[in-house]
Amino acid sequence: MLTFECPYCGVQADETELSPGGEAHLTRHGPESSDEAFEGYLFLRENPRGVHFERWRHSFGCGKWFLAARCTMTLEVFGTYAAQTTEPPQDILDKITGRRPGWRRLG
Amino acid sequence: MRRYSVFAIAREAMRHHLGWERAWASPEPKKRYDVIIVGAGGHGLATAYWLGKNHGITNVAVIEKGWLGGGNTGRNTTIIRSNYLQDPSAAIYEKARSLYETMSQDLNYNVMFSPRGVMMLAQTQHEVRGYLRTAHANALQGVTTEFIGPERVKELCPIINIDGPRYPVLGALWQARAGTARHDAVAWGYARACSDMGMDIIQQCEVTGIRREGGRVAGIDTTKGAIDCDKLGLVVAGHSGHLAEMAGFRLPIESVALQALVSEPIKPCMDVVVMANTVHGYMSQSDKGEMVIGGGADGFNNYTQRGSFHHVQETVRALVETFPMVSRLKMLRWWGGIVDMTGDRSPILSKTPVDGVFVNCGWGTGGFKAIPGSGWAMAELMAKGTSPLADPFSMTRFREGRFIDESVAAGVAH
Repeated sequence: MLTFECPYCGVQADETELSPGGEAHLTRHGPESSDEAFEGYLFLRENPRGVHFERWRHSFGCGKWFLAARCTMTLEVFGTYAAQTTEPPQDILDKITGRRPGWRRLG
Repeated sequence: MRRYSVFAIAREAMRHHLGWERAWASPEPKKRYDVIIVGAGGHGLATAYWLGKNHGITNVAVIEKGWLGGGNTGRNTTIIRSNYLQDPSAAIYEKARSLYETMSQDLNYNVMFSPRGVMMLAQTQHEVRGYLRTAHANALQGVTTEFIGPERVKELCPIINIDGPRYPVLGALWQARAGTARHDAVAWGYARACSDMGMDIIQQCEVTGIRREGGRVAGIDTTKGAIDCDKLGLVVAGHSGHLAEMAGFRLPIESVALQALVSEPIKPCMDVVVMANTVHGYMSQSDKGEMVIGGGADGFNNYTQRGSFHHVQETVRALVETFPMVSRLKMLRWWGGIVDMTGDRSPILSKTPVDGVFVNCGWGTGGFKAIPGSGWAMAELMAKGTSPLADPFSMTRFREGRFIDESVAAGVAH
């Protein structure tokens, strides 16, 4: 079972306590943007085989959204961080490259 | 190819079964093909089959990373039905269902299609209204379904508890000519027929790159060397996004795990397929006597072919409530497959931004039932550039807001 540490309340939360929320760090596009950009924001996802930055909600805990880095090939969790972050923090990126030498962020 | 028949069995019985030939050849790849299909699962092989059968294109290779039919074709719960709400879905799934009826004869391979009937239980008032609507839509689409009451449900499947504590059975959407088939045999039958038409099925060969020249596909690089082609079909389910990235475009696909499990074999106790969508479980009995059980998909991206245990718990909990007699059953096997989900939960059969590259993916949790129809439509699309069955499923529908919204129609993974 997947376990994440909630960055707000600090507890080790089981997957059953959490709700998945899909890819993190999406660039939002609204009514003024092009069809391509809007389609990209709504539907196109990296869906990587490997490191995935994603949103989770601590639904049956503090109820807050947070972000996580996880490997989709092994289910290894590299770390979690606050949702009020536009880019993955350096310590998370360091942890990932420590475990996956040569890894580069997509996009 | 020697035909399979009762006479062949009698002949071989006389000579210690030494005369059976290999069902399909395993050649080394040639330098060039007219068409390359990536993915030797049901959909890929069916595409190759109908390219040869309907369009006379037989200079075809089907490339497979693992072994034939080793992905979701061999991992699903083998349910075949076509009771969809939206017209484009009903059209392609009903085409597939009707092709299943004659598949064993067409392929000279027993795929054990068993039109035993599929029942989708309505366990809330909302579901009753939803299925009545689907039954009316199906009547207009020419798909034979009917809405039946709880007494008829009990009559068709006596082991159901229709007075469950949480979700009593209020009725069901019944499709009498829906059913199941032997999933492996579908892949093997198509492979044998393709090989017989002179197509090359190349297993243990992974695609490592897609070569383009001036916006058009030129060929692929594989672990068995470079192969040139005129047209390329990507039919790889969960790994579609990975291959699309090689070709230089993105797909509206996310890959998640879907799980299934089977019980120990027991005596025949149900001869229909029952789906209980409110409580998220579905079950049928295989010819071996195992109860084949499927549930919902996980919500997070996953390529491990392993799902979360709590999903299985939910599925089994729901089934025990609906079928009290299964509570003492031991489970024999439990597995997961990686399914490719689109934003509207309908598949993508489409041209792509790269000329000559076609994609067939996004079947999500409901691909097996569509195999022959999907192959039929994909072959037509690749041969002619357009296909009435495939065109509504173009990948441009997401940009155009032209969804085929079956996630609302089914209300559940389907």
